Amino acid sequence: MELAFALAIGALTTSGVYLLLRARTFPVVIGLTLLSYGVNLFLFSSGRLATGGQPIIGSTSQYSDPLPQALVLTAIVIGFAMTAFVVVLALRNLADNEDDHVDGYQSEPKSKPNTEEETEVSGK
Amino acid sequence: MSLPLVVLLPFLGALAAPLFAQGGRTAIAIASSVPAIIALAALYPHWPTLADGGVVLHSYEWLPALGISFSFRLDGLSLLFALLILVIGLLIILYARYYLKAKENVGKFYSLLLCFMGSMLGIVLSSNLLLMLVFWELTSLTSFLLISFWNHKQDARRGARMALAVTGGGGLALMAGILIIGNIVGSFELDDVLAAGDLIKNHSLYPIALTLVLLGAFTKSAQFPFHFWLPHAMQAPTPVSAYLHSATMVKAGIFLMARLYPALAGTEQWFYMVSFTGMATLLIGAYVAMFKHDLKGLLAHSTVSHLGLITLLFGMGTKLAAVAAVFHVINHATFKASLFMAAGIIDHETGTRDMRRINGLWRYMPHTATLAMVAAASMAGVPLLNGFLSKEMFFAESLQLNLPGFWAWLPPLVATLAGIFAVAYSARFIHDVFFNGKPVDLPIFPPHEPPRYMKIPVEILVFACIMVGVFPAISVGPLLYSAAAATLGGEVPEYHLTIVHGFNLPLVMSFAAFFGGLLMYSQRQRFFDFHARFREIDEKAVFEAVISWLATTANRLTSSIENGSLQRYAALLVISVLAVAIVPMTSLGVFVGENGLSPIDWPTLTGIALLILCALATAVMHRERFYALILLSVVGLLVSLGFARFSAPDLAMTQLSVEVVTIVLLMLALFYMPSWTPMESSTSRRIRDSVIALVAGTGMSLITLAMLTRPFTSISEYFLDNSKPGGGGTNVVNVILVDFRGFDTLGEITVLAIAALGIYAMLKNSALTPPPGDGKGHAWNRDAYPLMLRQIARPMLPLALMVSAYIFLRGHNMPGGGFIAGLITAVALILQYIASGMIWTQYRVPFRYHNVIGLGLLFAVIAGAASYAFGYPFLTSTFDYIKWPVVGKFEVASALVFDLGVYLTVIGATLLALVSIGRLSPHSAIKSLKESA
Repeated sequence: MELAFALAIGALTTSGVYLLLRARTFPVVIGLTLLSYGVNLFLFSSGRLATGGQPIIGSTSQYSDPLPQALVLTAIVIGFAMTAFVVVLALRNLADNEDDHVDGYQSEPKSKPNTEEETEVSGK
Repeated sequence: MSLPLVVLLPFLGALAAPLFAQGGRTAIAIASSVPAIIALAALYPHWPTLADGGVVLHSYEWLPALGISFSFRLDGLSLLFALLILVIGLLIILYARYYLKAKENVGKFYSLLLCFMGSMLGIVLSSNLLLMLVFWELTSLTSFLLISFWNHKQDARRGARMALAVTGGGGLALMAGILIIGNIVGSFELDDVLAAGDLIKNHSLYPIALTLVLLGAFTKSAQFPFHFWLPHAMQAPTPVSAYLHSATMVKAGIFLMARLYPALAGTEQWFYMVSFTGMATLLIGAYVAMFKHDLKGLLAHSTVSHLGLITLLFGMGTKLAAVAAVFHVINHATFKASLFMAAGIIDHETGTRDMRRINGLWRYMPHTATLAMVAAASMAGVPLLNGFLSKEMFFAESLQLNLPGFWAWLPPLVATLAGIFAVAYSARFIHDVFFNGKPVDLPIFPPHEPPRYMKIPVEILVFACIMVGVFPAISVGPLLYSAAAATLGGEVPEYHLTIVHGFNLPLVMSFAAFFGGLLMYSQRQRFFDFHARFREIDEKAVFEAVISWLATTANRLTSSIENGSLQRYAALLVISVLAVAIVPMTSLGVFVGENGLSPIDWPTLTGIALLILCALATAVMHRERFYALILLSVVGLLVSLGFARFSAPDLAMTQLSVEVVTIVLLMLALFYMPSWTPMESSTSRRIRDSVIALVAGTGMSLITLAMLTRPFTSISEYFLDNSKPGGGGTNVVNVILVDFRGFDTLGEITVLAIAALGIYAMLKNSALTPPPGDGKGHAWNRDAYPLMLRQIARPMLPLALMVSAYIFLRGHNMPGGGFIAGLITAVALILQYIASGMIWTQYRVPFRYHNVIGLGLLFAVIAGAASYAFGYPFLTSTFDYIKWPVVGKFEVASALVFDLGVYLTVIGATLLALVSIGRLSPHSAIKSLKESA
């Protein structure tokens, strides 16, 4: 089981790092999200893999380690905050530079989107 | 109390001095001399203790954990230096009154001078080596400011920069050396260090520590090959040159060698490093001094040479040599300071310092000339003057060195040769300046005697030269004895302070030097011609070239790494992390630890396989951004299933709700972005990135595997044991969050709030136009708010809110809590935004989410601070049980209020982030709303 778990973390890291090294912001955000899954799972697993040992007093005889769980819980929420922040940064980059390259410039000349034409869009 | 006061007084004076600048130069000079006079008076009562070889200690704790204390120590050696600093300082204050012009910034000058005085006193009186280091650096800084006092001159600025670079660099070396010594001894207190001499000398780090400390001393005391900064520091006003660069600061390095003499000296390394450096400096300084046409240049190189002489004496390692070294410190300070002042007077009265133009001044200023000639004679080592006495001791000691074979000739030879040069340049100072024809083309003509009081400091010092020269035993005997005793750490060898010890070899050397020097001076034109054949190296140009080379290289290196591409930084970052991680990984050995692997269970394995597949597919498919996002959401769901499978229900619920919010957020963002990624990277770049990613992934797998299969001990026993009795909850994870580690949680929700506000701020004034279609020619769906979704979403809201309230309330005992409940509420509200649009929802949920965040943080802080009211520390929680009519026994914990804060903050932050993005194009949103209406 541990081997499979370790491979899953490895796969998340591999994909995460690969996407992190891409040139456009959106893949980088996706990569960061994948990477944070991997890191969260890793931190969580520092309490080892337990079956049926939820750390709720009285529910079982052998509790799993609650400390990594508490840490990872906040890590998940903060990870979300960071993803949101980064993706908005990417949006701002797009707005200011009219391009979504991570370096803030257009690596290849691209026809500007036609801003004159207002088209129907689905609002959120 | 009096010792810290002595150090503090000049600094106080430095603050006060500028206030007197308005009153003119006399007022400020008098004001500036007050601290020095009080300090002298404060030192006086300690003399009886010191004369008996005693030590005065005043110590105050500062940072005991780091071994730093405000401890001050007065013994014979520090008294000698303190007296030099204070007395010569007073004379300089008087002298500078007449040297500076009325329109100059005298306030700044005296303030800096007093700062320097305080720093220098700090060096000699500190008992803690680290404290001493602080003062050491302060002298470098004040010296820098004083050299560049005339900061409109480029040469002054360059000279100051050079001095700071050299002495500051040496200061860093000294710091490292002191830290090593402190670690060897286990204390930075001088008494402990001096007592641990054998321990230090036998330690394996001794060679490094000694080298570093000597680097500090040599740079400060202008020893070869670091001597070049001192002549360039002569751009300073002459009082500064006289004070800092002849009498005091350049002696700091000497002082350090004397101070640490019992702890560091007496080894072969000490002998070779110190004595040969001293010998080289002695000879080079004396030789170059002869060819300087600048009056101060001559004196500067002569100072270098004399500093070399003192260093050589310390290097010899014999006790008598150390006594001679201390003696020469006194003598050199007196005659060199007076010579500098005389040079300053000449400069002041003639407008130049070029000895080829200044001739025959005897006729114009006989009084100054007499004083200067006596001082110069002392510098040359003429009998009945103090310079003669220490030079004799030096000659005698140079004969005692036990160098093997032929080398035994070297020290006396060098000593005599340097003596010859010294006589020659002293003769030049006397003859060339005061006689030798008539002045040539002086800027100020005719020169005349300076103001009466400007000569007084010179007179006092010259008087001291004669007194010590004629009555050595009476005048400096006791002071020298106690200083020597303090230097050597107790025993003082027998020595006689008499003028003539009979006809012996040192006397012969003295005569040889005297007549050789006069002969050399008379033949000086030949030497000048000889010297002129060599191209003179301008140290300043070399120094500047080295500095600019360093700066260019550093710039080139930086710009080659930091080219502005974030993509490249990310790659470099990951590569460096991998490089750092590989080293400890290799020592891991086997990756499967002693616990072995647990049995496989097929459903879980299937889930994991799916997760791996989706994770890799996300990377492979990333160009199609929408598909990548869908795959990502599958990965997130599988991760939350994984948490549920491996006994973490709280995590599973959190991950699940976060996942929903994240995907909605990314979808929103993707709406404004191109929906596919162009193919830009070259094949080699993609292969490179794949390799990096694979190495990273493999590394993580191996580390995880290694960790999972090894036993571990956890501090969680405490939390498990105390969760119920201490925190009043059975859900240990939640109790940790809101109680045990509540402070961390408070920090985390604050970060969450800041991130949300950052998002709001970033998007506030940004204009993003939604693309007309999905980039592949498809237009957006015209039906913005599908009827089915709307109709299902609306009744869902109260249900979802109820669920979240339930999850929130049970959180303390069962999986749930503020984080999860907040996310569920957020998801429920987001659903309304998606289904019915911004305006519809905003109208019905009229909260400003900023306020919700603020309220949440407020609740959390109040819940924490409330415990103060009951006399408990921040965030102490309490709980009780109450009986509710229908529900029955119900637990109320104060942590619930804290959790409510978490709940509100999470809702506010999540919605603020999402709504900020959703609101980006209100124009189109309104338009589409009108369409649908």
